[in-house]
Amino acid sequence: MTSDERLGLVRAGLAARHAREWRFRFYGILAILAALSFIAILFGMILSRGLPAFTQATLTLDVHFDAAVIKVGERPTRTGNQSHAEYAKAVSDWERKMTMVNWNRLIEAAVREAAPDTKANSREILSIVETNARFELRDMLVADPTLIGKTVQVSLLASANADNWLKGNIDRALPDAQQQLREPARALADQLKAEGKIRNAFAWHIFTNVDSRSAPASAGLAGAFVGSLYMMLVVIVLAVPIGVMSAVYLEEFAPKNRFTDLIEVNINNLAAVPSIVFGLLGAAVFINYFRLPLSAPLVGGLVLSLMTLPTIIIATRSALRAVPPSLRQAALGLGASKTQTVFHHVLPVTYPGMLTATIIGVAQALGETAPLLLIGMNAFVAQVPATPLDQSSALPVQIFLWQGNENRNFFEARTSAAIIVLLGLMLTLNAIAIFLRSRLEKRT
Amino acid sequence: MTENTRLEATEMNMPAATILARSDLYHMPSTTVRTPDAEPRSAKVIARNVSVFYGPKQALFDVSIDIPEKSVTAFIGPSGCGKSTFLRCLNRMNDTIDGCRVSGQIALDGSDIFAPSLDVVELRARVGMVFQKPNPFPKSIYENVAYGPRIHGLARSKADLDEIVASSLQKASLWNEVKDRLHEPGTGLSGGQQQRLCIARAIAVSPEVILMDEPCSALDPIATARIEELIDELKQNFTIVIVTHSMQQAARVSQRTAFFHLGNLVEEGPTDLIFTSPGEKRTQDYITGRFG
Repeated sequence: MTSDERLGLVRAGLAARHAREWRFRFYGILAILAALSFIAILFGMILSRGLPAFTQATLTLDVHFDAAVIKVGERPTRTGNQSHAEYAKAVSDWERKMTMVNWNRLIEAAVREAAPDTKANSREILSIVETNARFELRDMLVADPTLIGKTVQVSLLASANADNWLKGNIDRALPDAQQQLREPARALADQLKAEGKIRNAFAWHIFTNVDSRSAPASAGLAGAFVGSLYMMLVVIVLAVPIGVMSAVYLEEFAPKNRFTDLIEVNINNLAAVPSIVFGLLGAAVFINYFRLPLSAPLVGGLVLSLMTLPTIIIATRSALRAVPPSLRQAALGLGASKTQTVFHHVLPVTYPGMLTATIIGVAQALGETAPLLLIGMNAFVAQVPATPLDQSSALPVQIFLWQGNENRNFFEARTSAAIIVLLGLMLTLNAIAIFLRSRLEKRT
Repeated sequence: MTENTRLEATEMNMPAATILARSDLYHMPSTTVRTPDAEPRSAKVIARNVSVFYGPKQALFDVSIDIPEKSVTAFIGPSGCGKSTFLRCLNRMNDTIDGCRVSGQIALDGSDIFAPSLDVVELRARVGMVFQKPNPFPKSIYENVAYGPRIHGLARSKADLDEIVASSLQKASLWNEVKDRLHEPGTGLSGGQQQRLCIARAIAVSPEVILMDEPCSALDPIATARIEELIDELKQNFTIVIVTHSMQQAARVSQRTAFFHLGNLVEEGPTDLIFTSPGEKRTQDYITGRFG
C-alpha cells in the first residue's frame, strides 16, 4: 500500500468519524437543554403560582371604636384591699368581656362608611373581611385603651374568598350558585378595590403567623418553620457526629474483613430504604416504646437522623477515599501514629467534603415528608413550638397539608409560596455550604 | 573468584558489634553473590531470610543483606523485582498494606524490628523515608518540617523548633531558597524543591537511617543532580538506602549496590565492582541494558 492509498483510506473514514463526534456532542447538548428546560418549567410554575401569594388583598378602613358598642369599661386596676387572686379574676373577667364585644359591628360600620351605597347586608359585608379581624381590633384596644371613642385607620386582611375574587383565582363568569361570595359582596369588593380601599399588601403574616383553618387568609408558616429548624438542629447534633465518626472509623481504622464488609453492605442498603419505613420505625420505637410525644420535632429529628446517617456516612467515606494515599504515607513514614495521621492530615483536607456531605444530608432531611406523617407531624398545630418536645408541624408537611386544603383556589398559591420558602431555606443552606467550602479550601 | 570464597569473606567480615544473641541471624543463604568492602564498615541494618507475601503471592524470596553505616546503599533492578518492597520492610511501612505478610529477621543496631516490644512509631522515628513522588503536607513549609519533631516531642521550646526547622532545611540545602517564605504552603514549591522539603522533613526527626524510594523519578535532570549532591552530603551523618531505576544514579551516589531480580537478591557488593565486574550473568545483562 502506498502512502497515498493509506491517506485515502484515512480520509474516507474521516467524515464518518467527525459526524459521529458531532452527533455525540449534539446529544449531550440536547440532554442538558432538556434538563434545564425541566428545571425552568418547575421553577417558572412554582414562582408564577407562589409569588402572588406573598401579597394579599388588605382593607384599609377607618374604624371608629364606638363606646356604645364597647361597653366593657377600663381594665381593672388593683385596689388596696384586693387579694392577688381577686385581682387576677377581675382581669380575666374583663378580658372575657372584651372578647365578647361585637367587634364585627365596628368592622361593618367602617365598611359602610367606606362604601355608603352598598347593597350588601351585614353578613355579606363581613364575608369579605378575614374572620380574625375582630381579634385584631380587640388586641389594639387592649394595648391602648385610650382608643375608645376615637377613629383610627386600620389595615385588615381581606378574606380568602375576597382575595380569590380580586386576584381572579375564581372564574368571574361562574353562575352565582358556584361563587364563593354572594353577588353584593363581590360588587362591594370590586368597589372598594376600585376606590383603593382594598389593595395588595405584602403578606408578612406568612412568616409570622401560625397555621389557621378558621381564618385561612391569615395562615402562616411560623410554626412549621420553627419545627423544621428544631428538626434540623436535632439532625446536626445527632446524625452528623455519629455519621462522620462511623465513616472515619470504617474507612481509616476498621480491619477489612467479612464483618466490616457486612456493615458496609448494610449501610449502602439503608441508604436505599424508602423513607416511610424509617417513619414506621420511629413510630414503633420512639413513640410506642420510648413514649416520646407525638408530633414533636425531637421525634421527627430522630427519625430524620436515622434516615440521614447512611447518606452522611457514604458521602464522608468517599471524601476520605479521595485523600491521596501519599499523604497518609508521608505522615506514617515520619512516625505519626494512625490517629495522628488521621486527625492531623487526613481530616483537615476532608473538611470541605465532609461539609458537603453534611449539607446534602441535612437538606435531604429538611425536605422529607413521608416519615413525618407517620409520627403525627401532619396534625393541625396552631402554635410555634417553644421546645423540640412541643407539638409542631414541619415545612414539607405544611406544604402537604395546604396542598390538601378544601379551599383549593386560595391554597394553591399558598402551597407554592410555602414551597418557595422551603426552597429558599435550602438554597440558603447550600450557599452557606459553598461559602464555607471555598473558605476551607483556600485555607489548606 | 568463586561464589563460595566471596561468601566466606562476608561471614568473616561481619562486625562483632552487630552480632546478635540469636544465631539464626547469622545464616546467610548461598544463592546471592556477595562481595565485601575492602574496608568493611559496621552494619547498621542486618536482614536475614526476609520474604514478603501479598496475600498468597510471594513478592520477595529470602533476602539477606547487611547495610553498612553512614554510607549509601543502592537497590537496583527491573520493575517489580521487589526492591521497593524490601525497602519498605526496613521501616515496616508494609504493615499499612492489607494482606501483606513479612517473614524473616531484620535488625536495626542489633535489635529485632519485628519484636513485639518494639513500637513501630519509634522505629519510624529512627528510620525515615522519602517517597517516589514529593508528598509535602498541604501546610506551610515551616509546618512541614516542624511536624515530625513536634509529634515526637523533640523540641522543648518554640526557639528549639525554629532551630530544628532551620538546620533541617539547611542540611537539605533548601534554606536559602525558602528562608523568606517559611509560612507559605509547601505545595507551592517546584517538584525538586518539594522533594528536598520532604528530605528536610525526614531529617528533622534526626533519624539514623533514611530510606529513599526512587526519590528522583519525578524530577528533571537538574533537580535530580541537586538531590544526588545532597545524598552525598547526607551520608556523613545518616545511613542511606536508595531504590533507583537509574543505574547511572546508583553508580554516582552509592558505595554499595544490591541487584534484585524477580524477588531475589541476585548480587550485592561495592558499587564500583558491581558495575565493572559483576559476579553474576544476570547482573551483567541488566547493567548493560540487555533486559529490564
